[in-house]
Amino acid sequence: MIRFDQVHKRYPNGREALSGVSFIIEDHEMTFLTGHSGAGKSSILKLIALIERPTRGQVFIGNQNTASIKPRGIPQFRRQLGVVFQDHKLLHDRPIADNVALPLIIAGVPRREIDKRVRAALDQVGLLGKEKSGPLELSTGEQQRVGIARAVVGKPKLLIADEPTGNLDPDLALEIMRLFKRFNDVGVTVIIATHDVHLIDRCDARRIALSDGRVTASADTLVGTPA
Amino acid sequence: MLQHPLATFMTMAVIAVALALPLFFNVFLQNARSATANWNQVFDISAYLDKQAAGTRAQALAKQLRARADVTAVRVITAAEALTQFRSASGFGTALDALSDNPLPDTLVITPARAASTPDGMEKLERAIAAAPDVQTVQVDTEWVKRLYALLDILRRVIWFAGALLGLGVVLVVGNTIRLDILNRRAEIEVMKLVGATDGFARRPFLYTGIWYGLGGGLLALVVVVVATGLLAKPVGYLAGLYGSQFHLGGLSFGLGAGVVGLSMALGWLGSWLAATQHIKAIEPT
Repeated sequence: MIRFDQVHKRYPNGREALSGVSFIIEDHEMTFLTGHSGAGKSSILKLIALIERPTRGQVFIGNQNTASIKPRGIPQFRRQLGVVFQDHKLLHDRPIADNVALPLIIAGVPRREIDKRVRAALDQVGLLGKEKSGPLELSTGEQQRVGIARAVVGKPKLLIADEPTGNLDPDLALEIMRLFKRFNDVGVTVIIATHDVHLIDRCDARRIALSDGRVTASADTLVGTPA
Repeated sequence: MLQHPLATFMTMAVIAVALALPLFFNVFLQNARSATANWNQVFDISAYLDKQAAGTRAQALAKQLRARADVTAVRVITAAEALTQFRSASGFGTALDALSDNPLPDTLVITPARAASTPDGMEKLERAIAAAPDVQTVQVDTEWVKRLYALLDILRRVIWFAGALLGLGVVLVVGNTIRLDILNRRAEIEVMKLVGATDGFARRPFLYTGIWYGLGGGLLALVVVVVATGLLAKPVGYLAGLYGSQFHLGGLSFGLGAGVVGLSMALGWLGSWLAATQHIKAIEPT
């Protein structure tokens, strides 16, 4: 369960990205965060990944208040999380297999186990056989799938994605969304930030709509709109 | 570091220069010490007896001195022997004939034991001989040996000081190289942190790089010193030959060489640790 409780986020430059955001996302749910650019979607994901901290209010992940996680505990926390980025954030100087293996190497998983799980993750995103290719040899859609494989290789319970289809044409975008849905079907909580309204209309999932840092609509489990 | 072989080599070369200088002077100093240790043996102590002393005193004193632990040998040159020697060596034969009696005293030439051939040991022995009855003058030129030792001691301290400064230089050079390396790989470190890497994990490859820099630089420094001493061995041998000495320029000992490479690796590690700890901490995903 993820719970935002009257969360405000103001950046050092004075911009208020979130103004009293509250919502609950249950386990195993698939949720879209929608809204125009600058509405606060990315800020919510950054607060979940502990890249940023709330200025006011509280963020609970599982039953843990993220305010109680000290900087030393952040690496361990992030290992339970899968993150997908719009620009993939792959390391171009090493092959696909090493990119996908990174979270497992960091977590200290034994080498034999790593090979097995990397192949399994690449198989899930349909890239088995491309282990030795470099990221730049792949198409944008394939690179995004490598990013997803890296996010899920550690078998996280929570997968967050920031504009994962931002650079893809509609067919590829839908394919990526189906991929997320498949992970959701096996019990992973998935949160996707996107401004692509047409794409969301073709997917069956809950939506949290944001505008100027406030929740304007929350279908299904509506918890509270700001006063 | 393998992607930029030239830059890597340059860094190692800087480390090598910084380490080769004090190392080379250290080898020089070692040789200077071993050379003076040899020369000390040459410096016998001459004791001139009182001319009024009985002719048997010389032998008695020689016997007494031979019993000392810090004396290897004592040679007695009687006044008559000395006069004969002087007559044939100096060319003052006719002038000496003009003298009514032998102006030379009985002389003892005392060779100190090797263990006593230090400035302190020599001085102690000298005082003991001078205190013996009938000894008028004791002559030993330890003054210059003492001065040389003092000079070498100062030189040794200078080399230590210069070595410490240059070692600090190595730390800074490696630190700066690693800092640039980290800034170049900022994106990579951000990604690592995003997928749960601790600072320690992100730092590790940079520490290895620092140790490799140290190893390469240290080995290069050894090569420089070995080549330099090799080039000097012949002229030094020639110079020693002119002084009638068997002295040979000693090279780098295995222990010292291994120590320098080890130290170099430690300095490389320290430099990279300082830079990586500071700069990786500052990189946070945004």
